[in-house]
Amino acid sequence: MTDSVTDISAMIIEKLLANPKVPRDIDGNSKIVEDLAFDSLAVMNFVMEIEDEIDVSVPLDKLADIRTINDLAGCLHALKVAQA
Amino acid sequence: MIDIFAKHAGLREAYDALTATSPRNPFEVVIERPVSASVGIIEGRETLLFGTNNYLGLSQSKKAIEAAVETAETMGVGTTGSRIANGTFGLHRKLEARLAEFFRRKHCMVFSTGYQANLGTISALVNKDDILLLDADSHASIYDGAKLSGAQVIRFRHNDPVDLEKRLARLKDHPGAKLIVAEGIYSMTGNVAPLDKFVDIKTRHGAYLMADEAHSFGVMGAHGRGVAEVQGCEDGIDFVVGTFSKSLGTVGGYCVTDHDGVDLMRLCSRPYMFTASLPPEIIAATMAALEDMQDHPELRTKLQDNAARLHAGLQKAGLKTGAHISPVVAVTLETVDQAVAFWNALLENGVYVNLSLPPATPDNRPLLRCSVMAAHSPEEIDRAVTVFGEVARHFGL
Ligand SMILES: Cc1ncc(COP(=O)(O)O)c(C=O)c1O
Repeated sequence: MTDSVTDISAMIIEKLLANPKVPRDIDGNSKIVEDLAFDSLAVMNFVMEIEDEIDVSVPLDKLADIRTINDLAGCLHALKVAQA
Repeated sequence: MIDIFAKHAGLREAYDALTATSPRNPFEVVIERPVSASVGIIEGRETLLFGTNNYLGLSQSKKAIEAAVETAETMGVGTTGSRIANGTFGLHRKLEARLAEFFRRKHCMVFSTGYQANLGTISALVNKDDILLLDADSHASIYDGAKLSGAQVIRFRHNDPVDLEKRLARLKDHPGAKLIVAEGIYSMTGNVAPLDKFVDIKTRHGAYLMADEAHSFGVMGAHGRGVAEVQGCEDGIDFVVGTFSKSLGTVGGYCVTDHDGVDLMRLCSRPYMFTASLPPEIIAATMAALEDMQDHPELRTKLQDNAARLHAGLQKAGLKTGAHISPVVAVTLETVDQAVAFWNALLENGVYVNLSLPPATPDNRPLLRCSVMAAHSPEEIDRAVTVFGEVARHFGL
């Protein structure tokens, strides 16, 4: 059973909010670099934590196209489906 | 007109903030000249060098200096060309044969820098249909080689065999070749990789393994063949990459392997082909330094003793260092301001170390990266530890 994009997006937001430095008002449309002030390394490290949650690996080139939390959720979902 | 530098605005801001508070620009330290392997003149003062990669002190090797001078006099100072055109002298071949023999491997390719050795090896071995599994804390040259290759890049958690295995398991149906890349000693933290465990994993999953022993060549192992020699797993490492710019004190890089396929790498590795080969005097000095290293195994013993002395001293002074005892000892601090002030105070008190700032450091904290040499005397190490302790107390750390 693969989680939906919405489920994954909610899980990402929950994970992000566990970090006190992240703004409280984020949603699926929040931009990861601009709104969350993540640098490229922080993005890669955060993605690593999410990968463990849903048991996929995201190739780095995929990260280049990701702007928002929903983009990330969509990417993880697609990878999970491809892997299943 | 679009400002071509606009993209650097963030960098500019960080740079300005850093240089505004620091009495000197940490990126513009000038070593006016080395006095010996362990002492250099900085700002007109004799300063203890604890931030080089000159682990065995061989940048000042008499034998290497003489070899360079003699070779420059007889062969000139440059080759003016690519290894695959006019840039291969007899000396290049000779150095490749020496290194292959040293590592007990069939093949060796010499590159113009260690950076290019990583770019040239990785980009020739994998392409867009393949998978690269990189330790998350890999050196920039490994990430850049990955980019140049076009392969799909998957990071695994630093030094974590369980995480690597999990990721390989997810790829079990992937049709491409899989290449795992790890370093022997990590340059920023001094952490040592569990290469033996990676060998075990790559064997079970049908992957290849490349080890960058840039900081461990000449430093670790009874013969100086690196972490793989210490861990007894050399046979399981498909490609060993490294540099001459650290333990051998010169410049240049290499890749050694038993795979015969590497021969064609000379004709498809762009960072190998499209650049001038190393000048003859550098090759001669490198060969002499390699001989020096082989003739003086006691340098390695001294280095390990010095590493242990610095590590223990800094820990006793209450500073936060890594767990591994290796010639790189990193002191972790919490904030950039703290690190910048600490680093300046060390330099003002005659000790030069490297200031390493995020994002070039793991886990976003600044480091004071210290490195020891075989050439340091116990007194020099104790002096550095004393200065560290005094500065830490001064800042209330
Ligand atoms: C792990 C690692 N690999 C490769 C390199 C590149 O070597 P070089 O500086 O000789 O080009 C370095 C050092 O800069 C390094 O730390």
